[in-house]
Amino acid sequence: MQNPASRPILEARDVRKHYAAHTALDGVSLAVPEQSIFGLLGPNGAGKTSLIRIITQITGADSGEILFRGEKLNASHIGQIGYLPEERGLYKKMKVGEQLLYLAQLRGLPRAEATQRIKHWLDRLELKPWAQKNVEDLSKGMQQKVQFIATVLHQPKLIILDEPFSGFDPINANLIKDEILQLRQDGATIIFSTHRMESVEELCDNIALINRARKVLDGPVSQIKNQFKTSTYEVEGQGKLLVMHPDFEVIEQKARENDHFYARIQLHAGTTPNDLLRFLIGQVQVDAFREQIPSINEIFIRRVRETMPETLLELPVS
Amino acid sequence: MDKIWLIIQREYLTRVRKKSFLVISLLAPLLLAGASIAIAKLNTGSGPDIVAVHDESGLRLAEHLADTEDITFVPAAPGSLAAAQQAFLKAKPKPAALLDFPASFTLDSTGGVQVLANGSLPLKRREIIRKAVNKALGELKMARSGLTQAVIDKMQARVDLAAIDLTQQGGRRNDVGTTTGIAYVLSILVYLFIFVYGVQVMRGVSEEKSSRIMEVMISSVKPFQLMMGKILGIAGVVLTQFALWLVLSWGITTVVMPLLLKADKPVAAATVTTTQTVDNQQATVDKPAVSAAAPVTDAVVAPRPGQPFSVWSALDGLPIGSIIGGFLFFFLGGYLLYSAMFAAIGSAVDDQTDAQQFMFPVTIPLILSYVVSINVIINGDPNGPLAFWLSMIPLTSPIAMVMRLPFGVPTWQLVLSGTLLIAGFVGTTWVAARIYRVGILMYGKKVTYKELSKWMFYKG
Repeated sequence: MQNPASRPILEARDVRKHYAAHTALDGVSLAVPEQSIFGLLGPNGAGKTSLIRIITQITGADSGEILFRGEKLNASHIGQIGYLPEERGLYKKMKVGEQLLYLAQLRGLPRAEATQRIKHWLDRLELKPWAQKNVEDLSKGMQQKVQFIATVLHQPKLIILDEPFSGFDPINANLIKDEILQLRQDGATIIFSTHRMESVEELCDNIALINRARKVLDGPVSQIKNQFKTSTYEVEGQGKLLVMHPDFEVIEQKARENDHFYARIQLHAGTTPNDLLRFLIGQVQVDAFREQIPSINEIFIRRVRETMPETLLELPVS
Repeated sequence: MDKIWLIIQREYLTRVRKKSFLVISLLAPLLLAGASIAIAKLNTGSGPDIVAVHDESGLRLAEHLADTEDITFVPAAPGSLAAAQQAFLKAKPKPAALLDFPASFTLDSTGGVQVLANGSLPLKRREIIRKAVNKALGELKMARSGLTQAVIDKMQARVDLAAIDLTQQGGRRNDVGTTTGIAYVLSILVYLFIFVYGVQVMRGVSEEKSSRIMEVMISSVKPFQLMMGKILGIAGVVLTQFALWLVLSWGITTVVMPLLLKADKPVAAATVTTTQTVDNQQATVDKPAVSAAAPVTDAVVAPRPGQPFSVWSALDGLPIGSIIGGFLFFFLGGYLLYSAMFAAIGSAVDDQTDAQQFMFPVTIPLILSYVVSINVIINGDPNGPLAFWLSMIPLTSPIAMVMRLPFGVPTWQLVLSGTLLIAGFVGTTWVAARIYRVGILMYGKKVTYKELSKWMFYKG
């Protein structure tokens, strides 16, 4: 979906942010291509939220710059950015419709147009009967839908979603997922901050991994996965597998019933998968043969470990 | 600017539309009117008390007891004490007390005099009665010792001269009473409203924080806009409330109360309580024609001897323009100053209970300025040096200056105090905004004063 040639909608250059006791961002640079879904990953406290707050102009960077479509980020861009924070909520005593109108107007949308779009969105997410209800009368799932609508109502070019699926039930999560894909289709760019990897693989075109205030990895998801491949192949088959070969190494082998087996075999440098296949065919009946591609989760954990060797890790288990 | 206006609108409308706002706006003047009517009906203290004199001594003491401003002596029903008591209980208008001279009472043996009353008679009243009795006895004794009535009258005349003096002083004291009353009421209004609505600002901020709407908001607007929008929106609510109370109180006091109290007009005049004084005073300014035509006023404009001074005529000598203007200015200034601090507190804490420790240093100057001002200004010298300084320091001036207003304040002092107050709230707002901006995004952190002072110096 992404167009690598297009200029980035958002660019961060050597952004630094220090708080009294710690450094939140230590020279982070990244580029978010237009009309893509960009995953901003990192463990808790890595600096993701600090970076997002700088992009949304809630705080300022100590140094470095942020460019929005080539322009230095300024207050006039607020209307082109939609932000769904991780800590999100609504005015409880306000009616759904009024609340959306208020938030849209604060983003610079004219009243009449906002009313029109609110109607459309409430219809689309099946909230129409609730428009005149107070937010506190809505279920949590419905409130989350309202929050999502509030984020995209002013048709922002850049949508920033901080842990968008936390607290969503699976049905609503799917619904929002589809909406996110639709928004990209319609031309929006989505920055998606999370530490839940399964949604990253599904949705993101590009990712950047931040750990301990620094960017430790970024690029297109497919490329990163290739980069982290370990030339390991999964083999399922029948027969007696006995590998004693200088070019291959069995990492894991499991016997299954009826003389079946499962194995993970790593190729040594200069060996091709075909070499392995040839060797296997001579020995066993091959039922399945595929390259093992690391999940983003594995890459994430590996990278975080590498960049944080000395401390005990508290990694999200996903 | 557009955005702050949107915020003001929201803050204003959500509060004004609440049922509780309507209830308070309607109920407060009604309660006030109800209370004053009740006081009027119950408390004859504001008119002269009638004391029935039951005299079995044969000295015809009732004739010798001179009426005072506070007490009128009338002869009780003849017959035994029991009969007089019966009559006393049934009499209308109800006498305040029954003064009984027993048959054994003579000029030389003055024991056994008693005052009977429903409940206990106020000390002051008892004292007045005692003095009147003593005076009457003195006169009788003088007559007995051979002084002719002419001589006594002559001596009496001298006493009368002194009495004129006293009356004049009394009149002035009455005037001071009104002024003091207004000073009390205005300053308590300022105090209450700053407190109540300042806490509303604080609550509003901490609600935004705890409902987690804050981050969404400040990605659209600047924290300062959000804070000021809330403060100004709530200021609008206060002013609306004032306006509603004024209109309603005026309506009630000039239209409804006179109808209710038609039967005893003089009492009605006396019962326009000090609280309404403020409102009425505004009403007279707003609608002089109407209030002049209202029945209450003609009963009241010319004070009769023996009647308490009317609030209306008492207001004549007061600097009404500067009182109203000054009240609004100093109230708003004080509200802005304190509510900025309350907003900062609301932003710094995670929930209401944590707010207590920070509310303390904010409410202390507010409470102190009220308490100290009362002692210094009302009970002391409204133009003394302490009063001057209290009405200059921005933390205390909203209350102290408003308290001084009815006594008359030199213009240069008003201007200076006003300027200082503006500078004060600009400064406070600046500091508060810096705390606010950091506090609203701070969750789950126990905040200390040290922390707060650090926030002030955080960069953007």
